[in-house]
Amino acid sequence: MWRVRTVIALHDETATARTITLEVPDWPGHVAGQHVDVRLTAADGYSAVRSYSIASAPGSDGRVQITVERLPDGEVSPYLTQELAIGDRLELRGPIGGWFVWRTQQAEPIQLVAGGSGIVPLMAMIRARVSSGSMAPFRLLYSARDPGVVFYRDELRALSDGERSLMVTYAYTRVVPEDWPHPPGRIDAGLIAEATWPATLAPTCYVCGPTPFVETVADLLTASGNDRDRIRTERFGPTGGRK
Amino acid sequence: MGIVSRGFSGRRTGAEGKLPPGQYVTTDFPVLSAGPTPAISLDRWEFVIDDGARVLRRWDWKSFRALPSETVTVDIHCVTRWSKLGTSWEGVSLDALLADVKTDASHAFFRSYGDYSTNLPLKDVLNGQAWIAFRFDGKDLAPEHGGPSRLLVPHLYFWKSAKWVKRMTLMPQDKPGFWESLGYHIYGDPWREQRYSGDE
Repeated sequence: MWRVRTVIALHDETATARTITLEVPDWPGHVAGQHVDVRLTAADGYSAVRSYSIASAPGSDGRVQITVERLPDGEVSPYLTQELAIGDRLELRGPIGGWFVWRTQQAEPIQLVAGGSGIVPLMAMIRARVSSGSMAPFRLLYSARDPGVVFYRDELRALSDGERSLMVTYAYTRVVPEDWPHPPGRIDAGLIAEATWPATLAPTCYVCGPTPFVETVADLLTASGNDRDRIRTERFGPTGGRK
Repeated sequence: MGIVSRGFSGRRTGAEGKLPPGQYVTTDFPVLSAGPTPAISLDRWEFVIDDGARVLRRWDWKSFRALPSETVTVDIHCVTRWSKLGTSWEGVSLDALLADVKTDASHAFFRSYGDYSTNLPLKDVLNGQAWIAFRFDGKDLAPEHGGPSRLLVPHLYFWKSAKWVKRMTLMPQDKPGFWESLGYHIYGDPWREQRYSGDE
C-alpha cells in the first residue's frame, strides 16, 4: 500500500548524496537493512519508482530516513537530491525485504563491509545496535573513493570513540587523507585479514555495494575461511568491469 | 494515480508500452544475489529432476550440453524494477528435459548451488516458457549471472529464474522458495505487478 509522506528535513551528506527525513506517523516499524519504494508522479500521470535502503534505526520516533546518492544519468535520484524541498510529499511503500537485515536479538559478531553508498543499510544496522543497547560486537570496513564521499563521518567517529565502540576501518580507493598510512587501493586479502573479524569467531557478514565490489569482497571473505552461509550480500548498480 | 510530485517530469524512453507497470528500461545487466557467487566446476555440475522421493532424470554437463538447445530473445523484468528488453539466450527447454517424464505434479521447486530456491507452477515451465540457459548474448553465462547455467522463465519476475540451478523437484502442491519466504510474491507476474506478498 502506497502512503503519502511529508519531507521534514534534508541533509547533504556529500556533494552528491542527501539524507531525506520523512514524517511517518503510522509507520509499522522496520528491521535494519530493509528498504522502501519511493514513487514520483508527473503532472500527466507518468510515474517512476525506485527502491532506497532505510538509513535510520527502527523506532525513530515517527520518522524514517533514506540517503540517496545522485546518479549522473538517473531519473529519480537527481530529483530527490536536488529538487525535493522540505514540505514536499513523497509516496512511500514499505518497509520491504527480510534477508539483508540485522535483528537486535542477534548476539554474534557482525562484520559490515560497505562500498560507496552501500553504507546506507549498514548504517541502519549500526544505529539499531546503538538504539537497542545491543552488545553484539560490530566491525565496519568502509571502502570509498576518497574522504570527501564518506557518509555519516562524524557519527561514525563518535560511535567508534564511544563505549561499546564500533571498530571502523576506511579503505580509500583513489585519494587518501594526508598522513594516511596506506596508499589508495581496493580491499584485498591483507586488509580483510587486518580489518575483519577472524573467521573462527563465525561472524555474520553483510556486504553491500556495487556488484564488482560485492563479488570481490564476498570471495575474499570466503577465501579467508568465512562460511558462505554467513555472508549476506546486497548489490546495486550496473555490472561494471569485473576483472 | 498518486499525488503529483512538484517539479518532476520524468524521462520517457518510448519503451513504456513494452514494460510491465512500475518498471524502467536498463541497458546494463544488474546483478542481484543473496550471497556469494558459488564456484561451480563443470566436472561436478549436474542437473537432476526428482519427484521428492526418487531421482527421475540426471544429466552431467556433457550429456546436458548434448541435448538440443534453443536460442530465444525475450524481455526480462526484475522485481527491483529494471527491465532489459530483447535479451538473447541459448538453453535447453524444460519441455525437452521433461519430455519422457510422466507426472501428476502441479508445481516445481528449483534448488541451486549456493542453496537458493524458488517455486513455480509446473504449467509455467512447460510449452516453451522456460529453459535451462547456458549462454547469454552469444557468450557463456558469467558466474555472477548464474553461470554455468540458470533457469530462465522470462514471463515472471526474474528472481524466479534461479541462478546456478541444480535440481528440480516435482511436487503435488506449492511451497515457497527463498524470496517467496521473505516477503516476495508466491507467483510473481510482472504484468499484474505481483512483487510482494499481499499484492493481488
